[in-house]
This record gives sequence, C-alpha cells and structure tokens, in this order.
Amino acid sequence: MTTTDTVSAAAPPADPPPQPQVLTTRDGTPLKVSLARALRREKMRALLLIAPLLLFIVLTFAAPIADMLFRSVENGIVANTLPKTVEALADWDETSGEAPGEPVFAALHADLLIAAEEKTHTRLGSRLNYESSGMSSLFRKTGRRADRMDDALPYKAQFIDIDDDWGDVATWQVLKRFSPELTSGYFLNAVDMQMTTDGVELKPENERIYLFLFARTLFLSLTIMACCLLLGYPIAYLLAALPARTSNLLMILVLLPFWTSLLVRTSAWKVLLQQQGVINDFLVWTGLVSDAGRLVMINNQTGTIIAMTHILLPFMILPLYSVMKTISPSYVRAAKSLGATDWTAFWRVYFPQTVPGIGAGSILVFILSIGYYITPELVGGTSGIFISNRIAYHISSSLNWGLAAALGVLLLAAVLLLFYVYDKIVGIDNVKLG
Amino acid sequence: MTFKTLLLASAATAMMTTGANAIDLTIVSWGGAYSNSQNEAYHKPYMAENPDVTIINDESSNEAVAKLRAMNEAGNVTWDLVDVLASDAIRLCDEGLAMEIDHDEMLAPAPDGTPASKDFGDLIVSDCYIPQIVYSTTFGYRTDVEAWNGKEPDDICDVFDLEAFPGKRALEKRPINNMEWALLCDGVAKEDVYDMLETEEGVNRALAKLGTIKDQTVWWSAGAETPQLLADGEVVMGSTYNGRLFSLIEEQDQPVKMLWDAQVFDLDGWIVPAGLPKERLDAVMKYLRFATDTQRLADQAKYISYGPARDSSAPLVGKHAELGIEMAPHMPTDPANAKNTFLFNYEWWADYRDDLDAKFQAWLAS
Repeated sequence: MTTTDTVSAAAPPADPPPQPQVLTTRDGTPLKVSLARALRREKMRALLLIAPLLLFIVLTFAAPIADMLFRSVENGIVANTLPKTVEALADWDETSGEAPGEPVFAALHADLLIAAEEKTHTRLGSRLNYESSGMSSLFRKTGRRADRMDDALPYKAQFIDIDDDWGDVATWQVLKRFSPELTSGYFLNAVDMQMTTDGVELKPENERIYLFLFARTLFLSLTIMACCLLLGYPIAYLLAALPARTSNLLMILVLLPFWTSLLVRTSAWKVLLQQQGVINDFLVWTGLVSDAGRLVMINNQTGTIIAMTHILLPFMILPLYSVMKTISPSYVRAAKSLGATDWTAFWRVYFPQTVPGIGAGSILVFILSIGYYITPELVGGTSGIFISNRIAYHISSSLNWGLAAALGVLLLAAVLLLFYVYDKIVGIDNVKLG
Repeated sequence: MTFKTLLLASAATAMMTTGANAIDLTIVSWGGAYSNSQNEAYHKPYMAENPDVTIINDESSNEAVAKLRAMNEAGNVTWDLVDVLASDAIRLCDEGLAMEIDHDEMLAPAPDGTPASKDFGDLIVSDCYIPQIVYSTTFGYRTDVEAWNGKEPDDICDVFDLEAFPGKRALEKRPINNMEWALLCDGVAKEDVYDMLETEEGVNRALAKLGTIKDQTVWWSAGAETPQLLADGEVVMGSTYNGRLFSLIEEQDQPVKMLWDAQVFDLDGWIVPAGLPKERLDAVMKYLRFATDTQRLADQAKYISYGPARDSSAPLVGKHAELGIEMAPHMPTDPANAKNTFLFNYEWWADYRDDLDAKFQAWLAS
C-alpha cells in the first residue's frame, strides 16, 4: 500500500470537503503515531542507559537531602509520644491563664506510662527543651515516677507534687503549641523569631544571632570572592600568556596548595599570622611595629578572609585560565593596530571575552565559601565564623537537627536566589568552565 | 604467584580471620594520648587473655552523639562500645540511644567486695553510664611573663584580673564552665551559682564579667589549642583539660604551671549502644567487666594524668610508664590539687544548655 492509495481511500474524489491528509506508514499507522513511538523507544533506551546513575543519585543524594530538609518542619514526636494528652488538650484554652484540668492530667499519666516503658519520654523532653528550658529534666523526672502514682487520688495534684512546673501554664502552652505534626518553630527560630501566645515575635535582643550570621556569611563570602578575583585574574592572565613550558611550571605552583591538606594549610596560616608568628616577628625585627603593638591578624575576620582566599584561589584561577586560553591574541593585536591604547584594547576587547570565566570562578568560589566551616572555625575566632559553624554545632553537639535543617534550607534558598539574580543580570549561559 | 593462587590465598586468609569464634569489637574513643592509654591498659591485656577477640579502634567520640543517632535511625548500629563525656551520656540515655546498665550485676565488685555502684558512687550520673576517669578543666599559665613582675596567679579570679596579670587568655568557645567561673569571681557563692544562672540577671552578670576580658581572649574549640597557644606564647593563661597540660609541662617541658583553683571536674566513661544483638552484647559485657575493674582503671593512670573513677583504684595508682614520675600528685583528685573544686551540675546543664548557648553565642558574636 502506498501513501497515495491511502489518501485516495480516505478521501474519495466524490466527497467534496477535503479531509486533511493523514500520512501513514506502510502498515497503516499514522506517521505521527509511529514517529512518536520510535521517539519514545529512543527515549526509553536513553533512560535505561542512565538509569543506574539516576537511581544512584536519587538514592544517595536527593533522598537524604530531601529527608534532612523535611526535618525542618517535621514535629510528629509530641503527638506520637503523648497521643491522649494532645487530644485532651484540644479543649483547653491556652489563654485562660490556668493549667488544664484533671482529664488532661489523667491522659498524661496514661501516655507517660507507655512512654516510660518505651523510654520515649526523655526524647520528647529533649525535643521540647529546645523551646523551653527545663523540659528535659521535667520529663526525665516525671517518667521515672509515673508508675508509682496512686490511681485513686487526683493526678493533677500528684503531678504538681513531682514538679511545680506541671502547674505552670507556660509548660502547657509549650506542649500545646508544639503538638501539631508540622511546625514552623524551627524556621522561626532560624530567623531569630519565636512563637508565643500573642503570636510570632522577635526574640529578645540577647538571643538574636542567626540573621546576623547569615548577613555576615554573605558579606564575608562576597569579600572572599572579590579578593580571589583580584588576585586570581592577573595570575590567570600570566598563565595564559606565557609559553607552555613556563606556564606549566606556574600551573604546578597554583595546584600544589590545591593538593595539600586543608588542615595543613589552615595551620600554616596560624603559624604565619598569629601575634607571636612569623609575620609579626619579622615586622617587629624590622622595627615597623613595636613589640607591644603586634598586629592581630588571626582569630578575627581578617584571618578568615586571608586563609579562605588562599584556599579558594585555585577555584578562581582555573576557570579563568581555561577561558583566557581560548582567546586568540590576534584580537588584541587587531585592536592595537586600529589605534586602541593598551587599556582600551584590554577593557573593550580582552576583558569582555573573559566574563564567562569570571562568572564561573565567582560562582564557584562564592558557593564554596558560603558553606565552609572548618577554616572559619579554626582561624575565625568569634568575629569570623559563618552560619555553617552553627549548623555544624546543631548537627553534632546540640542534636537540634530540626533547627540545623531549617538553617540549611534558608542557606540553600539564599544561594538559589543569588543564582537567579546572577542569571538575570549576567545570564547563566554566559558561564564557562573551559 | 598467579592471579588464581592469589585469589585462593586471600580467600583462605579471609576465612581464617572470620573463623567461627572470632569476635570483632568496635570501640569508639577520642584518639591521641587518651586512646593510647586505653589501648595499653585495657585493650592489649584483654586481647592477650582472649585471643579470639579483635578490638577495632574508632576515633569518633567527639561526634559520637550525632553519629549514634544517625546509625540508630538507619537501623544499623556498627559500634559496640562508645567512650563519651558524662553530659553526652545523659543526652544519649535521654534519647534512648544508650542501654541502661545494672552496675552491680554487670560490673566487677571492688577487690574487698564493695559492689560496683558503691565503688563508683556519685560518679554514676546516668543509668546508662559507666565512668572511667575523672578529669578536670583547669588553667595553665606561663611562668615567664615579665609584665607580671614575678607574681604568679593562684586564684581563679586572677584570670579576670588584667591589671595584675596582663596578657591574653584562652577560654573555651561555649558557656559551660566559663559562666560558672565568671559568677564565682563576681562574688556569687559557690552553692548559689546555678540558682543565679537560672535568672536573667545571673546570665547578664556572668556575661558582663566575661566581657571585662572579652577582647583579651582567644576562644578555643579543640582541647589541643590551649597547649599550643601557651607554648607559642600567644596567650599567657588558658583553660583546657588537665591531661593536656600535664603533657605540655612534663613531656614537652614548657615553662607552664597549673592553676588548680576552682578546677571543674568532669567524667569520661562508657556507654553501650541500645539494641545490640545478643552475641555482640555478650562480648561487649565481658570486655566491660574486665576493662572497668579496679586494677585496669588504676593501670590507665600510668599513661595519662586522669584519676580513676573507682574509689578502690586510687591507692593502686603508680608511676608514669615512660617518664617514671609519681602520677598521684598530677591527678586532679589529689588532695593538694583539689583544695578548691567546682562541682559541675550535669542535670542543670542538660536543661539550660540550649538556652544559654544561644545567649552565649549571641554575646560572642556581638
């Protein structure tokens, strides 16, 4: 069957309204369908080829991150540990100014008996302690004595007998406020705010820290990025301009610190920069500074900026170099032969061609530095630490993973936002790694 | 050797090492000199007595709490025994990540028959905890500071006295201990310190006192920093663990002395992760019974200047294994050193740590 046959069969000459011509393959399926089928098969084959990698990335990268991010709102622990109490508390008016009545305490007793058996009450205590100090020992203490309570007497009095805090409205307000399965508490905490009975408000001044640290992280990261660019640009230019033999040697000098352990490099900066260190000793020896006036260059922001600029410099030089390498020297020569000065030739002809390299290097350095924590921890003192140091603290010391996750989400959002702004201003397709 | 024989040989070795009776115990500790002292005093003699046991050292104690929680959530706990500080043990016990211990049942009594719970006494600060050593956080100072005109600090409050003892200090980058010392030197009586710290006023007083030396302080986060800073002359006095100062003074011969006044005792010891399978648990408990008996705890003091946690071990403490010096005078628990000590309140810090840490860090950053 040929195409012409089909056409004549589908639209007999006697029928005047001309049907749109449907092209078909030899077995009669329309060409469009058949083509789509072939394409789908092609796509399936491609998908199958990358399936192992895709699966690997989803399982080992995307899923754990998603899980960690979900912790920033997850709060099932209260309702899971004290199900009856949460239910009974629903009727209690938290603005009444009085602790709930006997039914709530009876429910609490029943819940605590099970919780103490499974040893989950102390875990709940440490969760609630993030919101209100004293919850940890309150639950530990009460759980220990829950099974010794007298069922014949009112529970409320017995609970208050164990600890006065059970008669305190504030305790119950916290419990009620954090009983839903999802909470905004961690996020509020991450932006120095808190939930109270009157709604959301800023924390007292002496507890605000995270917004300040976010701002400082951004500021220091931008400074480090700028320093890397200022120092890296001439080096990259030199590497690209020199003959291969010399530039290879220089390239090794750039890469050598890159291959040295991060801790070794950071410690080396300590030895150099500290007040009894090499640089200060030299300055005192030359008489430029007095022995009493030794410069403070470490355990502050200066230390962080210097050490991190050094550590991240290769990430700026390498993309710059690979872009500059592709720029033909004849452009600048042509500009000069047409009468441009050295500066005009550089600024109007050479520099615009290096912008993709600058973009790539800057993004690399900025994103790496925004999440850095070991170098600031070691050389940053108190004024040079980043938000990532607090995230690390909440992951490994305070075990407040919810807050750590919320801080992480905010950091990620900030990076994505900046990425978007960069795309709008410079254009992301303008980034080149080589 | 051909590839095939190589393969056969390695398969054979693998079978031998994982033979029917072989037991691997993964023991987590701090690394460095401390792990070494455990290795010499506990692990080596135990492996000599039990040739079928292999002890694998893991040096992750400083992130043990977080890792153990992650392992527990993943349902795959690979550790058998973990060395942690008392405050971490309380945390792990609260989180249900550590097993509760029946001290009398599971641990060896003292040589004179005193049950273990009595021999350890008050040091059992958590139901999950088996204390090993008592260490203290205390100060070391350089003895060659000219500006001090021959005076030497002998009081904790000299740390806050910049006029008599000018120079930089090193303090830990967290509220614990620092807040207590500050209040003590601000005129608060020892027994009122924690009541005071519970109030807003107390926190402000402590921070204000620390504020008087804030710009003269280097804040450390790893115990090794202070000895390094003292040795370099970066600071003239600084707080750290007494064992670190011992090695700085006795092993490295630096011009540094100890300021024992108001030293804060703390504990280090074992916890057993919750939910170990039966055969692994049995192996761990057998090891624990051995490693926490009176003699073993006394032996550890030969290698590091930390006091054994059992009362019955104290008289058995001898000389340093390499330096040959008497260890008793270097113990934080030695009467001459323990004239004025501060008792660290674990329960209190478990409650107020999150809150005070936020305030302290906000203060540091401002």
